[in-house]
Amino acid sequence: MFMTAGVRRPKRAPKRVGNGRRPLAKAPTGIPGLDEITNGGLPRGRPTLVCGGAGCGKTLLAMEFLVRGALEFNEPGVFMSFEETPDDLVENGRSLGFDLQRLSARRRLLLDHVRLERAELTEAGEYDLEGLFIRLGHAIDSIRAKRVVLDTIELLFSGLSDRALVRAELGRLFRWLKTKRVTAIVTGEGDAGHLTRHGLEEYVSDCVILLDQRVMEQSATRRLRIIKYRGSAHGGNEMPFLIDDHGVSVLPITSLGLAHQVSTSHVSTGVVGLDAMFGKKGYYRGNSVLASGTAGTGKSSVAAHFAQATCGRGERCLYFAFEESASQIARNMRSIGIDLEPWMRRDLLRVHSQRPTALGLEAHLVAMHRLIEDWKPRVVIVDPVTNMIAIGSETEVKAMLARLIDFMKLRQITALFTSLTEGGRAAERTDLGVSSLMDVWMLLGNQEANGERNRTIQIVKARGMAHSNQVREFVMTADGIKLVAVSRRSDGSVAIGSARGAQQQKTPGDKPVPRRRGRRQGA
Amino acid sequence: MKNGARRTWRLRLYVAGQTPKSIAALANLKRLCEEHLAGRYRIEIVDLVKQPQLARRDEIVVIPTLVRQLPPPIRKIIGDLSNQQKVLLGLDVLPGEPEA
Repeated sequence: MFMTAGVRRPKRAPKRVGNGRRPLAKAPTGIPGLDEITNGGLPRGRPTLVCGGAGCGKTLLAMEFLVRGALEFNEPGVFMSFEETPDDLVENGRSLGFDLQRLSARRRLLLDHVRLERAELTEAGEYDLEGLFIRLGHAIDSIRAKRVVLDTIELLFSGLSDRALVRAELGRLFRWLKTKRVTAIVTGEGDAGHLTRHGLEEYVSDCVILLDQRVMEQSATRRLRIIKYRGSAHGGNEMPFLIDDHGVSVLPITSLGLAHQVSTSHVSTGVVGLDAMFGKKGYYRGNSVLASGTAGTGKSSVAAHFAQATCGRGERCLYFAFEESASQIARNMRSIGIDLEPWMRRDLLRVHSQRPTALGLEAHLVAMHRLIEDWKPRVVIVDPVTNMIAIGSETEVKAMLARLIDFMKLRQITALFTSLTEGGRAAERTDLGVSSLMDVWMLLGNQEANGERNRTIQIVKARGMAHSNQVREFVMTADGIKLVAVSRRSDGSVAIGSARGAQQQKTPGDKPVPRRRGRRQGA
Repeated sequence: MKNGARRTWRLRLYVAGQTPKSIAALANLKRLCEEHLAGRYRIEIVDLVKQPQLARRDEIVVIPTLVRQLPPPIRKIIGDLSNQQKVLLGLDVLPGEPEA
């Protein structure tokens, strides 16, 4: 029946796995993150059990496995549903952005709904499930399927009264699936204390994945855990995952490590005077930069300058705004002479505004990962990162941020995080949590003295870079942020504000800038 | 109609090759029909090994499956039909139903 199988495929399962200790062949799922944590995908040619409670995303994960198999790996798939009708499945697929009808028409996918209602059947004597075997076998052969989903086969237990028989037949089914060399996902619904109601895990011994959805601090969080993966290393950690209109994405907990390439090229901060503080060049490409300060110290302005400089080079900048809408940011920045709208129109700048509380922390980070992966910006701005702390504990946030930073470093994306520190307290203390993850840390402040408030900026650290150690004064002009020339008193201390005016003294490279009115500086 | 005209029973038995259960089912079915529906039945045998595409079309999971095509409504009986009482119940045939 299956003699003419497409043997051209290079990725073929080893002929006999047995105890030969051959490396386990894997079938990539194509689901972002899942292949990473499984080191390449699901065991090829074998069934994998995906279990979890109602509504945990089993069906959607299984469906994506088939769709991506068909689209990305040239592996057609059979979806045998014991619960949802093909119409329901098509509808569900649409919510993930998959066109199941088209795939079916192209014979890359076959949807089969198995209906077994005990009330409609009379049992009169001994039977077996050979009909199911033939049905599935024919479906597999007719589209040369390499992947199969059985969702959820446990419903056979409620459709038939002879449990012992169903049990024996399931054992036979899983053995038979292996001989068909299909990579299968079998779903099972668990309840308190059990992975699946009828112990499917006894049959599927190669790989077991548990999904879970729980509500933490008012926001629903989905998690995925690989309980078992025979012959393959796997992290036993719970990984957050997300289901949205792009499908499933898993966010690996494990850090990507510190093996990323470091860059020696620079990117401008967008502020001439600030570039000068970093040895005239700006940040290193791929650096993570933290700009922290109390409210109203100009963090967003520093971010906007950076965005403008990025777009000015023709590079993409992705701006995550957790406090303001895109139009609000554009309006505010126009007041200091930064016009971001043209960049938005040219699609070099995308502002992604969302209240942090709209999603759980993991969901946020997964969504951010995906936006970055999809659009491939060179610069990412998170304004402010502290709003994420509001939705998770500090250690959690730090772990997730570390992953996000590693992820961006790996792609040589320069990231700027702003951080709002509480007024009155030493900013350096409150930022300790995240600052250790950053390559560059700038502190913005308002110095209050002699009846005036003056803006200051200083570089607390800048890894691998010569940088200024001075606390510099800056002003917000109609042309943006201008650093003011350093002015020292005779005792060597730096004079700022009016004191500077009285003390004006030129230092090489800096020109005094009149307040509120500066000359135009190139973006 | 109800009592007058002879009702013809059209039965379809799905099997998968010559397995003991399939053979038993056919034997049991023939015997039952001769006893209760003599002259008023037709049996069609569908071997899914030969026509696998019919399993999906006719929604067959279990083997053997007996489907009552006529009279309506369609009814399904699974098993080797060794339990005659249940088969009669499932087919909605009164035991020893006399000729109308």
